[in-house]
Amino acid sequence: MAVATKATPAATDDKELLISGSEAVAEALVLADLDVVTAYPIRPYDTVMQAIAKKIANGELVAEYIVAEGEHSQFEIVKHASTVGARVFCGSSGVGWMYAMECLVVTPPLRVPMVALVGNRALDDPGAFGVEHNDALVVRDVGWLLCWIDTSQEALDTTLIAYRVAEDRRVFLPLAISADGAFLTHSQALTMVPPKEKVDRFLPRYNRGDLLLHPDNPITVAPQANEDWVIEIRRQNNEAMKRAYTVIEEAYADFRRVFGRGPENPWFEEYMTDDAEIILVGMGTISLPIKVAIREMRTKGKKVGLVRLRWFRPFPTDRLVAALSKAQALGIIDRDYSFGSPFGSGVVANEIRAALYNAERRPPLLSFICGLGGREVTLEDVYKATDMCYGAAKSGKSDATTHWLGVRE
Amino acid sequence: MAAVICEVVYRGIFQKNLAARIVRGIVLSARKSGRWGIAFGRYGDSPQRNGIPAKDFAIVADTNEELEQNMARYEPKHVDVTIVVDDTLAKGVESWAWYGLQPINRLTVPDGTVLMTSVQRVDDLLRDIHKKDAPYKLSLIRAKASFSGLWVYKEDHTEVRILGALAKIAPAFLTLDGVCEAIREMEWGSDLKVESAKKAYARLETREVKITEGNAEVPYSFEMPKWWEMREGVTIPAIPVGKPKEDGKGYVPERNPYFKKYTTRSMRPVINFDTCVKCTLCWIQCPDSCFDVMPDGTYDANMEACCGCGVCEAVCPVEQCITMVNESVFEDNASQWEMWRKDKGAYHTWMTQKIGDKKATVRSHGFRFRGQYEEELKSDLDSGGVEITAGIPGENAQHKTE
Repeated sequence: MAVATKATPAATDDKELLISGSEAVAEALVLADLDVVTAYPIRPYDTVMQAIAKKIANGELVAEYIVAEGEHSQFEIVKHASTVGARVFCGSSGVGWMYAMECLVVTPPLRVPMVALVGNRALDDPGAFGVEHNDALVVRDVGWLLCWIDTSQEALDTTLIAYRVAEDRRVFLPLAISADGAFLTHSQALTMVPPKEKVDRFLPRYNRGDLLLHPDNPITVAPQANEDWVIEIRRQNNEAMKRAYTVIEEAYADFRRVFGRGPENPWFEEYMTDDAEIILVGMGTISLPIKVAIREMRTKGKKVGLVRLRWFRPFPTDRLVAALSKAQALGIIDRDYSFGSPFGSGVVANEIRAALYNAERRPPLLSFICGLGGREVTLEDVYKATDMCYGAAKSGKSDATTHWLGVRE
Repeated sequence: MAAVICEVVYRGIFQKNLAARIVRGIVLSARKSGRWGIAFGRYGDSPQRNGIPAKDFAIVADTNEELEQNMARYEPKHVDVTIVVDDTLAKGVESWAWYGLQPINRLTVPDGTVLMTSVQRVDDLLRDIHKKDAPYKLSLIRAKASFSGLWVYKEDHTEVRILGALAKIAPAFLTLDGVCEAIREMEWGSDLKVESAKKAYARLETREVKITEGNAEVPYSFEMPKWWEMREGVTIPAIPVGKPKEDGKGYVPERNPYFKKYTTRSMRPVINFDTCVKCTLCWIQCPDSCFDVMPDGTYDANMEACCGCGVCEAVCPVEQCITMVNESVFEDNASQWEMWRKDKGAYHTWMTQKIGDKKATVRSHGFRFRGQYEEELKSDLDSGGVEITAGIPGENAQHKTE
């Protein structure tokens, strides 16, 4: 006689859910015990605000949910909530993010550790819904921490890490997590959701300390100042951004210790780069067609690898240069544009060019623009880019132009 | 001299247009002798609040290259001529843009000139102007401070008098003919103004100032914090709660440690503590919270914080309990209440003398005199007061022109 005993899963086990990147962010916000969230709808970010609203309505999360009358107020409200000690979240997409611009630029100097989700969307005009990275990249110079995610799992994990990094007193900077519109925000994938107990071991409470706006800590925030103070304030911001390197390393190491997963290298994912002759570089969900194409090409003897950048600010200069300089040629695929920039390249290509400038070994670098406005990046696009990279590897020369892939011509 | 650098120190807003006209006039006049020039303001001395000292600059040079050489700074670090259009600025310059107290002659080069409009005697002015470690010249144009407002300009010829005087001070760059020609061509020029410039040229009073002369006070200054010493997040500590004046009575608030207002005012309140009814109005209405509460419940205007706006005088319900008096007649910033407590009789004598001085209590702001400037000045000097025709705040105004 067999007695079937069904083991109840231990309370500390992860549970597996089929959720989108946006829903994964909402799961993480519940686990992070979010205090204040502001919302104003715009696709594709609105999937997050809907997911959070549902969590609150279902009683899974107790938080202030404020629907603002526009993105400008949306970001202002969380900025103020954060200064009184609330853990905050907001987000937007495309021109909605642009409408909040005044608030986006004041957040870093005020050292507000706001976490925002940018559901990447093409800027108007034309009004379109598909992904381009130009929206989030617009704040690349002003003190926002910027990272790009690829999967629902990474969305959940990165959201937890984001609070850990942004709310570290050494940093105290806003952090934007970029998720490719549609490809990630609207695609549901199997995702491991950890229990709150584990999250509590990883993520301390937000402590604003000496910067807390409270009657017991009387301070004035953001007084007007003249040129006798501004450059010192910028210098402080620069220092906080530099300290973020260490804090990000620490956070990922601790994440691996607590959750038993997560990358050793926080900064970028390396796929088949060990023996790669050609390394392609991109950010976000573009990794999927590239990985598939790489596998296909390797069956034909082409040793191709991928570096998928996770962190764009702070930019992982040293580690990236070490990873890239061993290749025979590089192909940078931007899902963004920077009209009139050096060589007409996208933002990532030009950043990598700059990073390589002092490198001992500089492989030929080819710059590509692809997948704008949410257009599919096809395997054929990747094959084409790779072939051109092999040409550059052979000639040993970078060509001083930028190649647009997948455009009708 | 291959270049002449001039600064115009003026009272924010009240003399904004005056200063702008002067520096424009300098450049346009020098142009008549084939010189190059530039006129600019330091708006960083923001926000040019009422009465706060501000500066405009004019640089003229023989060649464009020399001009650029002198322009390659945000503001000049030394000037050949310091032009002062309100003699209460003789006490120095404090504002948002210059931390601490800057003596009025600080930027003046050795043997340079401080050119001032004033009806005070030179010795009186030298009690206010700080000592300098090099000799310089003090040139006076006999005129009052020309105050008007933000959008208006008082056509009292002050700007052309300055230009005429400069033709005497720096004839190699501004010839009298060049000045006159430029004035005629300017949008605000006229033949009458040309005559005013010529008179100023002829009447300019200049005297050497030795290094032994002047106010010996060491001006207070601040050390600006390093970037790593500053609080993060664009935050500053709130001003802490103040303390009782003494024995648990009265109240003295803490104040901004980086910005005193000793010289930001052209007038200050003089208080009759014997007639004060302790109504609190001055204390509540003061936009700069300058009043300290004394143990007896009266209010002492703290000169560290008073910007001289005159609101207290306007709201005070008691006749001549608070009277605004021109800064030039005060030698220090001491507490009036302490003086009164020490010797009430002596204070009464002092106070009566200060508020009885019609020259010192009349407002020179705005358009209050109709007629020739020389008549206004004569009347002002001879009888100590001019007819006020408009716009003085407060119910006590009538008592100032009796």
